Amino acid sequence: MKRNALWSLMAGLGLLAAASAQAQISGNVVKIGVMNDMSGLYADIGGPGSVVAAKMAVEDYLKATKSSLKVEVVSADHQNKPDVGSSIARKWYETDGVDMIADVPTSSVALAVNQVTKDMGKAFVNTGAASSDLTGKDCSPNTVHWLYDTWMLAHGTGSAVVKAGGDSWFFLTADYAFGHALERDTSEVVKAAGGKVLGSVKVPLGTADFSSFLLQAQSSKAKIVGLANAGGDTINSIKQAAEFGIVKGGQKLAGLLVFLPDIHGLGLNTAQGLNITEAFYWDLNDGTRAWSKRFAALHGGKYPSSDHAGVYAGVLHYLKAVDAAKTDDGAKVVAKMKELPTDDTLFGKGTVRADGRKIHPVYLFEVKKPSESKAPYDYYKVVQTIPAEQAFRPLNEGNCPLVTKK
Amino acid sequence: MEIFGIPIQAMMGQLLIGLINGSFYALLSLGLAVIFGLLNIINFAHGAQYMLGAFGAYLLLNKLGLGYWGSLLVAPILVGATGVVIERTMLKPLYKLDHLYGLLLTFGLALIIQGLFRNEYGSTGLPYAIPKALQGGQNLGFMFLPNYRAWVIVASLVVCLSTWFVIEKTRLGGYLRAATENPQLVQAFGINVPRMITLTYGFGVALAALAGVMAAPIYQVSPQMGENLIIVVFAVVVIGGMGSIMGAIVTGFGLGLIEGLTKVFYPEASTTVIFVIMTIVLLIRPAGLFGAQK
Repeated sequence: MKRNALWSLMAGLGLLAAASAQAQISGNVVKIGVMNDMSGLYADIGGPGSVVAAKMAVEDYLKATKSSLKVEVVSADHQNKPDVGSSIARKWYETDGVDMIADVPTSSVALAVNQVTKDMGKAFVNTGAASSDLTGKDCSPNTVHWLYDTWMLAHGTGSAVVKAGGDSWFFLTADYAFGHALERDTSEVVKAAGGKVLGSVKVPLGTADFSSFLLQAQSSKAKIVGLANAGGDTINSIKQAAEFGIVKGGQKLAGLLVFLPDIHGLGLNTAQGLNITEAFYWDLNDGTRAWSKRFAALHGGKYPSSDHAGVYAGVLHYLKAVDAAKTDDGAKVVAKMKELPTDDTLFGKGTVRADGRKIHPVYLFEVKKPSESKAPYDYYKVVQTIPAEQAFRPLNEGNCPLVTKK
Repeated sequence: MEIFGIPIQAMMGQLLIGLINGSFYALLSLGLAVIFGLLNIINFAHGAQYMLGAFGAYLLLNKLGLGYWGSLLVAPILVGATGVVIERTMLKPLYKLDHLYGLLLTFGLALIIQGLFRNEYGSTGLPYAIPKALQGGQNLGFMFLPNYRAWVIVASLVVCLSTWFVIEKTRLGGYLRAATENPQLVQAFGINVPRMITLTYGFGVALAALAGVMAAPIYQVSPQMGENLIIVVFAVVVIGGMGSIMGAIVTGFGLGLIEGLTKVFYPEASTTVIFVIMTIVLLIRPAGLFGAQK
């Protein structure tokens, strides 16, 4: 009898202990919300592919670590609108029990979600947005910026182009936070290298016809037409630049933010020779190749963009940090993410800095000629590998309050 | 010489480009105006049908090896045929109801069509090359005019004006206009009014597809290519006057020009300027510039 009582007491205590360990995980489930452009001009860069990547990360993590975490992935379309994005984030955090939001391309939306996440004490692993302000003046103890940013793009592509003699620039800039940040960061690189910026034109997001702007770029006589835009905008501007004889007229295009699916949409005939800076390409090594083949099989044969890879690696590291911190409290997990070194098959070993910036090596690619490409998606060759320490803005130059406080 | 600080040469180039974009607006708003004027249907699927035209050209090239010139003829016929089916099966029961029902139906169709294509082809779009005969361009002194763009202006003008001529000046057009005024009476004269209306819708849809084929080599061939355009084109139709054929053509080209100039003086506003004009026109002339005041 006594023994029985003892057993049940122990069992009860055990349950309590289990419950208290679980209590750190809100709702007993780690809920990850993938938010991005599911249907518009950026949908192939992130879109449903990012959901596939997040689910792969969850599956791989649970399989590899035998972790007891329960993880759920939900998704939503922010339509590239900051108001839509922040209200989804609010609803997710307040009523749906979402603990972390991943992806979020479109800098204006990302900055809005960044703020909401900070206010609500959750976590934000951004891979899709470019604005370097996310780890600069708007940095947050709840945010990790994984893949790339405007500083990295400007220094990768920008300085390579200036070094090759492109010392006068004219920008076609997407008229929102991202385009402005990219133009600003690239202009600084160009000027620092002794080049000149002759002018720029701010183009509304989602413009179909760039001919008027290309004509302005042409009459500026700049050697380089810098495309501070992304997705469908970049495709349309490159396509029409070929048509208007920009390149034949002696000017060169610099696509500052180009993703693999964009090249697929342009075709190599139009895209060949472009210099591109990216942190991931499927054909880098055995690890990236194997993962990308798996991804393509789950995603209708489409190869991953670097954003998809970022979502995968970001979610993986987040889950690792949740287990290590034994909580899904946003600020604590992000602090743990910064403490733990990162290690995954796609980006290799790296770290998350105090300002939230994830650093890893970055590659300067050149788009292959049609004759060099052996299969669909065989588009890039590596021109240069930029080591992690040089690829991103130095920690003390971003004016991030988290850093200056230290 | 300069106009408002812009060299006159650059200005000429910008005006010409405005005219080219205006040709697309004119072609698309023409189709909408024909459909609205003769069927009283506000065809919100027009953007999707424009997209179908572009995809039609892409698929004809890649699956059947049919080039641009063939597609220019075949794609509009195929897409027009889908229009005929839609009219017969779905739009017909709606004629007696309020405009709103037709609008909702076509809007729903547009979302479904775009969704299906996005699912199949993604949002990045597909490459489509400019036909060999029209590659390259002419140096006009003030600008480099790609041959293809010149072709777009000419083709669009020819199509627009001949449509206007057929509807306003020929016997066939007379029947059509009469049938919208008083279908019973026209039917009593032995004319098959329902068939005429079906074919008119098919024709309007084919015009959208034709614009799509013409757009394929220069714009991104993607499922959402018609999505943004359709709103602008509706604004064009409203400014021109719902149902007015000439109104649609003239406003299409005119607004292309105004948009082109905005791209030079204040590019940030280039996507909004048309709506500002629409608001002003609606305040001053609610029936549109060329619409009949009722």
